[in-house]
Amino acid sequence: MPETTTIKAINGALADAMRADERVFVLGEDVAEGGPYTATAGLAEEFGVARVIDTPISEAAITGVAIGAAQSGLRPVLEIMFIDFITLALDQLVNGAAKAHFMSGGQLTVPMVLRTQGGAGQRGAAQHSQSLESWLTHVPGLKVVMPSRAVDAAGLLTSAIDDPNPVVFIENKTLYFRREDVPERITPVRIGEAVTLRTGGDVTIVALSRLVHDALAAAERLAAEDGIEAEVIDPRTLVPLDLDAIVESVERTGRLVVAHEAVEHGGFGAEIVAQVQAAAFDFLDAPIGRVGAPFAPVPLSAPLEDAYLPGVDDIVAAVRRTFR
Amino acid sequence: MAPPLDRDQALRLLATMWRIRLFEERAGQLKRADEVVGLVHLSVGQEAVAAAVCLQLRDDDAVYSGHRAHGHAIAKGAPLGRVLAELMGRDGGLCRGLGGSMHLVDVEHGFMGATGVVGGNIPVALGSALAARLRGDDSVTVVFFGDGAVQAGHFNETVNLATLWRLPLILVCENNGFAEFTPRSAHTNVERVSDVVAPYDIECITVDGNDAPAVWDAFGGYLAAARTGEGPFLVECLTHRLRGHYEGDPGQYREALAAAEWQERDPILRFQRQGIAEGWLADDAPPAVEAEAADAVEEAVRFAQASPFPPVELIEAMVYAHA
Repeated sequence: MPETTTIKAINGALADAMRADERVFVLGEDVAEGGPYTATAGLAEEFGVARVIDTPISEAAITGVAIGAAQSGLRPVLEIMFIDFITLALDQLVNGAAKAHFMSGGQLTVPMVLRTQGGAGQRGAAQHSQSLESWLTHVPGLKVVMPSRAVDAAGLLTSAIDDPNPVVFIENKTLYFRREDVPERITPVRIGEAVTLRTGGDVTIVALSRLVHDALAAAERLAAEDGIEAEVIDPRTLVPLDLDAIVESVERTGRLVVAHEAVEHGGFGAEIVAQVQAAAFDFLDAPIGRVGAPFAPVPLSAPLEDAYLPGVDDIVAAVRRTFR
Repeated sequence: MAPPLDRDQALRLLATMWRIRLFEERAGQLKRADEVVGLVHLSVGQEAVAAAVCLQLRDDDAVYSGHRAHGHAIAKGAPLGRVLAELMGRDGGLCRGLGGSMHLVDVEHGFMGATGVVGGNIPVALGSALAARLRGDDSVTVVFFGDGAVQAGHFNETVNLATLWRLPLILVCENNGFAEFTPRSAHTNVERVSDVVAPYDIECITVDGNDAPAVWDAFGGYLAAARTGEGPFLVECLTHRLRGHYEGDPGQYREALAAAEWQERDPILRFQRQGIAEGWLADDAPPAVEAEAADAVEEAVRFAQASPFPPVELIEAMVYAHA
């Protein structure tokens, strides 16, 4: 199996999509230069600047441009460099892209992908570190994808570009250069399908993005120290959510912990918890545990950011609480 | 240079203006009768701009608009009955009653959408022009907006991009001097929209928007250039909104024009006087033109009133497109 990184997998999926379909084009700030993390490196050289379009720092307008191009039959892949700046694009995304199909009675479609990245851990401070996915999951009409592994990033990006709806594709900057063995040929991953990355019969851990890897590490520690076998599920897609996969697991384990890096209060974990308790209340042997960041902006100072970020210890502790 | 208005075009222009005028007045009545629902922004007094622009376009030219969009949709070819049914939230409406007055869309006729967010469609229209460039065809995109949109960030971002990329987009500003309830002078020191965009090096012109042939000529010239891939362009049409910002607004923020002054400025009456003077319209023709438009509007009312409300299942069925 060849080794790759998430950023190389994304770059490869973009190039493959552009080779396969001339309607696919990329736009965003510094994309022709490859962007700060090299997600679009080499694309301008292969496909030309007519299809790899550098834009000024005008998030509202370039999101509108992507919508208009998508409504006109093209397949734009828009990059918003940091999810923190999606605030500037939200009017177009929420009032425009998300509602066009509905409000036009099905006449308009917006087959666009908005790629962006979030997450803390690099001392980026509160305006370059956020996890804002739960805002986007609250908007009917958007699909929200948040992979944790290179193989899923590539497979889901392929599906997102093919999807006739606006898809917000949320990457995590700390996972970009994580090494991973992937199959020779990466196949599309269906949007709305969870993946079980570790099987276990004692507790279910549903984790998002970076916390998936922390959940897998926590599961190993729980097995070694407590004899608890945890099942780890990565939903990969938040909207639509593969509730069946989670409920099926909870019906076997009787316990659930939901973990994400976003602020716990109002985070997407709350939605998963609410849906699971409604569907599987009788199967639960303990209150559902939640892991997320405290209700505070991300601090700069290294020891403070480290203390702020949820991780392996928090997941282990949350699982142990479900056994009290 | 575009060819000047010929007789057939002039008659079609007049007929379209009457259809918009009478549609808007009827929509206002139906709003007061609670048959038309939601926020309704009428364009009575601004018909010349919609008609003189849209009648020069093809179905594959895209038009985007703002919240005051009925006239633009009608002039672009949207059937009156389906526009009115949409305002009434009926299944036979353009958007099956899911959008309403501020969200009209008629893809078949290239009316790609109105929006309730002031200025929100300006960058979307640029995306349409970008698509035309990438497809390599000669279609042109037009976006209508009011002077109130010009103070918004997305207007300025879009003009910057449009001029940077030189895309075939024609920006048509209907400067009626009011942003909702407030006169332009209270929101900006720049009186003319053409002055706002001057530093971007965009070709633009300011015309009397109540003078249909003037709008026709100004827009037609830019359209011919845009067909060859040139752009962007901006046409600022100075006009006057005869009604309130929306139907039922208190309207106390401005003084009504004297009836006599409006007779002078009314784009339809003025165009008719011109037609009679120039000989392309018979002295006694105007009542018949008006009556024909009135008949079309009444037929639209019958269509819309007979259309059922959409099924409740539509709410969930329309959220996502299916491949």
